[in-house]
Amino acid sequence: MADKVKIILVASHGGHWIQLQRLLPAFENASLHFVTTNPEITVDAGARLSIVQDANLNEKLALLKLAFQVFRVVLKSRPDVVFSTGAAPGFFALMFGKLFGAKTIWLDSIANAQQLSVSGQKVKPFADLWLTQWEELSGPEGPEYKGAVV
Amino acid sequence: MIFATVGTQLPFERLIRGLDSWAEQNPGVSIFAQTGEAGYQPSNIDFSVSLSPVEFESRFEEADVVVAHAGMGTILQCLDIYKPLIIMPRIASQGEHRNDHQLATAEKFKRFDNIQVVENDEELWKALDNPPSPDSDLSSNSDNLEQLINEIRTFVQQG
Repeated sequence: MADKVKIILVASHGGHWIQLQRLLPAFENASLHFVTTNPEITVDAGARLSIVQDANLNEKLALLKLAFQVFRVVLKSRPDVVFSTGAAPGFFALMFGKLFGAKTIWLDSIANAQQLSVSGQKVKPFADLWLTQWEELSGPEGPEYKGAVV
Repeated sequence: MIFATVGTQLPFERLIRGLDSWAEQNPGVSIFAQTGEAGYQPSNIDFSVSLSPVEFESRFEEADVVVAHAGMGTILQCLDIYKPLIIMPRIASQGEHRNDHQLATAEKFKRFDNIQVVENDEELWKALDNPPSPDSDLSSNSDNLEQLINEIRTFVQQG
């Protein structure tokens, strides 16, 4: 039997993380590696967990550190798939994942009901599947709407 | 018990002040608020500037009604277990957030009957007097989640 699919799941602290938890049934039978910004998070036995720096786009130094941390995670883990609900850590994970040949999925947070998040807009070139959770934000050039966490 | 939370990023004086006034008129109701750094300090309710995830969980579970800004974490958590939630969206013109995305979020979620959106003190007080009481289940929207899970699963497994 082939090895399990290796998936990196990336979600920042708070709403991003909660949305990711709701989607875990989509990743059954895979080997999971969670990446988040909250050091108090725990995951099921058998799954891996990496904690990275939290950063937004106005914090250049923190962003740089975050990019480096995520790069190391992706480099070591060599995932088959990278999935993220956001935000900045997920952007970098998809970018580096793509670089290493992983299949990449971006699900923009349901909090972004009027326009895509900044990370969500910038991640487009690196996302094989580029999703919004609001039908009215989807379009022929993407992002696509394929359901929502509520 | 009523649990109020304004999230980790910014204080939200309008919400905490409104709740504080209501508490003054309703001394028998137990209320706890997480107010945020440098926030308004209420005089009629117990509060803490921030809460650890563990403390947050226990306050949240204990609460009969949650009062919050229109933050996604709290909204999703309340939807998960269908807990009554009163949300007051932050408004940029009042300096409560960088933009008005919370208005849009509140607008989208007010269709759930465990959620009531309020925009000022009077609406907040009315909602506190008569909190939302959910009587239906979440089946109407579990379709969206199931569809999304299936789409992602299929994409992960193909090729």
